[in-house]
Amino acid sequence: MIEYLNILFVETYKILFLLIPILVAVALIVWLDRRVWAFVQKRRGPNVVGPFGLLQSLADALKYLFKEIIIPASANKVIFILAPIITMTLALGAWAVIPFGEDFVLANINVGILYLFAISSLGVYGIIMGGWASNSKYPFLGSIRSAAQMVSYEVSIGIIIINVLLCTGSLNLTDIVLAQKNVWFIFPLFPMFVIFFISALAETNRPPFDLPEAEAELVAGYQTEYSGMMYAMFWLGEYANILLMCAMGSILFLGGWLSPISIYPFDLIPSPLWLIFKIIFLFIVFALVKATVPRYRYDQLMKLGWKIFLPFSLLWVVITSGYLLYFNLLPVTLP
Amino acid sequence: MNITRFFKTIFMLDFVKGFIIAIKQSFKSKKTINYPFEKGKISPRFRGEHALRRYPNGEERCIACKLCEAVCPAQAITIESTEREDGSRKTTRYDIDMLKCIYCGLCEESCPVDAIVQGPNFEFATETREELYYNKDKLLENGDRWESILAANIKADNPYR
Repeated sequence: MIEYLNILFVETYKILFLLIPILVAVALIVWLDRRVWAFVQKRRGPNVVGPFGLLQSLADALKYLFKEIIIPASANKVIFILAPIITMTLALGAWAVIPFGEDFVLANINVGILYLFAISSLGVYGIIMGGWASNSKYPFLGSIRSAAQMVSYEVSIGIIIINVLLCTGSLNLTDIVLAQKNVWFIFPLFPMFVIFFISALAETNRPPFDLPEAEAELVAGYQTEYSGMMYAMFWLGEYANILLMCAMGSILFLGGWLSPISIYPFDLIPSPLWLIFKIIFLFIVFALVKATVPRYRYDQLMKLGWKIFLPFSLLWVVITSGYLLYFNLLPVTLP
Repeated sequence: MNITRFFKTIFMLDFVKGFIIAIKQSFKSKKTINYPFEKGKISPRFRGEHALRRYPNGEERCIACKLCEAVCPAQAITIESTEREDGSRKTTRYDIDMLKCIYCGLCEESCPVDAIVQGPNFEFATETREELYYNKDKLLENGDRWESILAANIKADNPYR
């Protein structure tokens, strides 16, 4: 009995050790997003609360906490309340398998990438439930759009992941990173990285693919009826998802926690920091894209997903596997 | 689809160009100011909070001619007047409903003695509605507080009047 309790406490401690930094990171990343956006537009952005405005998200969170939570009379209350909880839980749960170092991972499971993929696919449920339970037209339209969009782009992300897996021969995220010791996959698989990045934008409903919450058409999409802390939870979940996508991109293509060149001064920087640098770099690109490009039309979005990305990434699977087979470079021996 | 367009599309050249411009712009100087700590320059003609001015000897300028009351398009001004012992006509009541006021500046323009003016102050937000029903005391107090700036502004704007 005591033993079990001990395990429980140790695991809880570990989870908190991962969860709290991630929540803080989400708060900071919201600030970074707004700041980058402002800089591109030659504004100053949030710079009043705390040094450089770093505590702005904290102030916003406090504001949301004290706001009234309004539940529409015609809403399905249980599902309405459940939706933001699901979004946030799934976005945070996926972090369990992200390796920050060689032995620095909460759950080193053998199907890590599959787990990541499954969890990020489930994320759409939070949005659909939120949109449907609101019982209002704009949230409903937003959630329909979001569901279609996320399903379409998941397909191409899945096939891009197959490309990487062909090169590593393992579904374990630690093994995927270690396979990039000599060369990061961004170099041989550069087109796949670009497609992955664009799909990640679509998957997380970021501009230019933020049609589910296109304010000019749908008010705020599936978040329209939400207020107070529930809205903030949707927000947190969204940004945690964006961070997760950045982490996934850096693990699959940018060599995860590995330093760019393993020579003396770079080796001194601890491995989690390298992963964090890469995540921040990818996020800044996310934010710059948001500041640069206009929103896509919905049919263009669907066309891009199904008619361009899917065939192209499939073609690349054929090219990669053909290349590996021809030069006998397959990581696992075929039976 | 012609061939240049095709290459432009698959290599996302337009996007890359825009992206580089975005990065370049983000290092340029900021066009906004830190508002509560820094304030933008305002013109001497700026039409902000109202004030009633006095002559240097402390006498009220207002002669209760009621031109401002007549000209006010929002009918925000209410004036009542009476004759003082020395025979001069003075206001007993001079109210401005700052919620009705549209800050057009017609009152200031119509005033023959430069008594009612709109000062440079634009930060007079209040927590209640009642605080924005200004009466004569409040307006005179405003005039005393801003007099030096008001006089300078009127002088600066004088050649254009």
